[in-house]
Amino acid sequence: MFRYYFKLGMRSLSRNVVITGLMILLIAVGVAGSITTFALLRALSANPIPAKSHQLFVPQIDNRGPNRITTSGEPDPELTFHDVVALRANHDATGQAAIYPIYLSAVPTDINIQPVAAKGYAVTADFFRMFLVPFEYGGVWSKADDDGGSNELVIGNDLNRKLFHGENSVGRELPLEGHTYRIAGVMAQWNPLPRFYAAADVQAFDLPPQIFLPFRRAIDLKIPTAGSTGCALNYQGKGWDDLVHSECTWISLWVELPDAAAASRYATFLSAYAEEQKANGRFNWPAYTRLRDVDQWLKYLKIVPSETRISFIVALGLLLVCTVNTMGLLLARFMRRGTDIGIRRALGASRGAIYRQYLVEAAVIGLAGGLFGVLLTVCFIGNLDLVFEPRLARTVHIAAGTLVLAISLAVVVALIAGAYPVWRASRIQPAWQLKTG
Amino acid sequence: MNIPVRPILSALTRHKAGVFLIALQVALTLAIVANAIFVISERVIYISRPTGIDESNIVVVDNRWVGALTPEQARAKTAADLAMLRQLPGVADAYADYSFPAAGPWATLWGISLDANQKSPTSYSEAYFTDEHALNTYGVRLVAGRNFRSDEVTSGSQLEQSTSGPIIITQDLAKKLFPAESSLGKAVYVGGVPRTIIGVISDMEVPAVGTRTFAYRSVLSPIRWADLGGDQYIVRVSPGQAEHLRLSLAAALYRLSRERVIDAVDGVQSFHSLRNKAYSRDRGLVILLTAASIILLLATAGGIIGITVFWVDERRRQIGLRRALGAKRSEILAHILTENFFIIFMGVCVGSLLAFTVNLALMHYLEMMRLPTTYIALGCALLLTLGQCAALTPARRAARMSPMEATRAAIV
Repeated sequence: MFRYYFKLGMRSLSRNVVITGLMILLIAVGVAGSITTFALLRALSANPIPAKSHQLFVPQIDNRGPNRITTSGEPDPELTFHDVVALRANHDATGQAAIYPIYLSAVPTDINIQPVAAKGYAVTADFFRMFLVPFEYGGVWSKADDDGGSNELVIGNDLNRKLFHGENSVGRELPLEGHTYRIAGVMAQWNPLPRFYAAADVQAFDLPPQIFLPFRRAIDLKIPTAGSTGCALNYQGKGWDDLVHSECTWISLWVELPDAAAASRYATFLSAYAEEQKANGRFNWPAYTRLRDVDQWLKYLKIVPSETRISFIVALGLLLVCTVNTMGLLLARFMRRGTDIGIRRALGASRGAIYRQYLVEAAVIGLAGGLFGVLLTVCFIGNLDLVFEPRLARTVHIAAGTLVLAISLAVVVALIAGAYPVWRASRIQPAWQLKTG
Repeated sequence: MNIPVRPILSALTRHKAGVFLIALQVALTLAIVANAIFVISERVIYISRPTGIDESNIVVVDNRWVGALTPEQARAKTAADLAMLRQLPGVADAYADYSFPAAGPWATLWGISLDANQKSPTSYSEAYFTDEHALNTYGVRLVAGRNFRSDEVTSGSQLEQSTSGPIIITQDLAKKLFPAESSLGKAVYVGGVPRTIIGVISDMEVPAVGTRTFAYRSVLSPIRWADLGGDQYIVRVSPGQAEHLRLSLAAALYRLSRERVIDAVDGVQSFHSLRNKAYSRDRGLVILLTAASIILLLATAGGIIGITVFWVDERRRQIGLRRALGAKRSEILAHILTENFFIIFMGVCVGSLLAFTVNLALMHYLEMMRLPTTYIALGCALLLTLGQCAALTPARRAARMSPMEATRAAIV
């Protein structure tokens, strides 16, 4: 019976090609638009570190008070050097990563090779364990080296490929900007997006960092930040030492707090620290601190560009209009066949049979829309960079799940759109139709 | 012609579902399209507004130093580069800054107050760190006052930013700060420090991308900028030389010193291409919303045509009877079009409310601006016209029906 209904459905669809084509096209466009923008939104707002997102926190301290220049009324997203040093003295946290972006370059001795530059971070050793950084070779410098000014560093696998042809380079020397470092480890491919750990300072959807220096060593060598430095407007300092002792904020601090109890203890410690600074006369405004986990942090920074949200909302709206549109067109089509239905009913077809027959027709439209929608989705995702920035577009990949989702969505849309018209069709009275038809 | 409104309305109540679906579709379309057109118009302003500088003759070099430099070393190297660049044939002028107009990588937000103890600033603005070459490099016009003298320019890097000395501001900012009088010689306060305005220049966009309220409120502060990591060199070239110099500037700089990194792909770019990249997000959104709006309008038109055709078909007998009883073709046409107008009108009434609701939600979640009523009115007019156009073909077909044919067709 199903096959017969399917055949009937196909025949009916081919009878009015323009309207059928319009319905299929609209379902396909609505579905492809929604699925594509949804895939992009999901990729951009993905939790970059799901296993630990409730154990990693960013402390913020308001060291500006009413002179705050940011319009949001929030403390600076980064900390001053001396606050980082003071907070690191806390032993409640099971891990503490101080981070600032750096940009280093190597000048090859061969003058035919142009100098290469690498972006990366000056970090404390905890960084790698806290953020689950995988290693291809070797590992991180020891925690003792964190404060001993170790000359070791970790490089990314891309840089390792460029400089050492991808071999195990642990123990090799790497001269960078006048200093020679020893490679302690080579990071495997690792680039959680959005880049939550330094999102306040650099593009959140960048390529993987390639260089990690011990934090203390970078400070001792006076390697400047490659990110932003937030200073008071009347800052008059000169030179590195002034900056390190200033109220300028330029370092991100992340703390690892294993459970809610530890987090609340740390929050208390943080506000106590701010109160103490106030008591010492550093702040003449109420102490104001913040402690955010990964989710809250990403929300606060508004990592996901509003354009992607707007696109998703518009695509959903488009899908909704397509659904209503299909509903109207199906209603018109089914009612037009009132005579057919009346005759079939008079010849003994049950309401259920009519119901099934027309539901199959609606599902066929949905399926056709879905298949076409899948093609469109593949086409849209492949050309996402025509509309969205390449660095955002490359976060989205075509997955089998996405395509299955597209087909299912199309069928669901067609069934929702078909439900009412089909119900109306099944209510048609045989006698009445025969008389008036 | 007398249009019988009451019969039309009572006929509509016979088709509740169809009327409801079309009105709903129109309402949803209006809510989306009105907001989309508003977003489009806003973004188009960002994309197309003039920067106020000599755009087509500006090339930007992103120069990164190699090695940890002291501020003195960075300053000496930057000065040597700029001196070399200014000597190059085809180069009109050049200076180094941490950013550049409209598409800059960074921005420094300054609150400008008229009084040292003011609670909130009179105007926000964004700062450039410039020397005496900046005006000539950008090709902006000095409207009043004078340029910086080289002895007024102090040195700066991320470790030392002098925040005193005179400033030059744009006309837009001058008008905001001193609407009634000349701003020349007046002192304004930045972070509590008094700064004297010595010059007013033609409007020039601030560095940040897509600034809404203070796009042309730039301040030039006399700082010879030399970032320890390297800078943007803004280079103005003679007309027609941009492409040639874009390809040869890096080589010239490498000849002077190899201790630098200028990215082989986008180390040197024309201002146009930098600006295009910076606004790619806005352009993308405009393309997307335009496409979505067109599809929506076409879909709605298609839906209206489909259902009107059905209604006309269904009422052949009635139409035939009316014609046989003496109704003119124009009356049939008017009947169908009026009916359509009523349905769409209901749709746009609901749609206007819906458009405001959508806008409120977007304002709350996405920091959108309030939707001006003109956009709703525009959307309503658009949909009413669209509805009439869509109904025209089926209505004409109904009007063409001869009384005989119509009566016969209905019996078959």
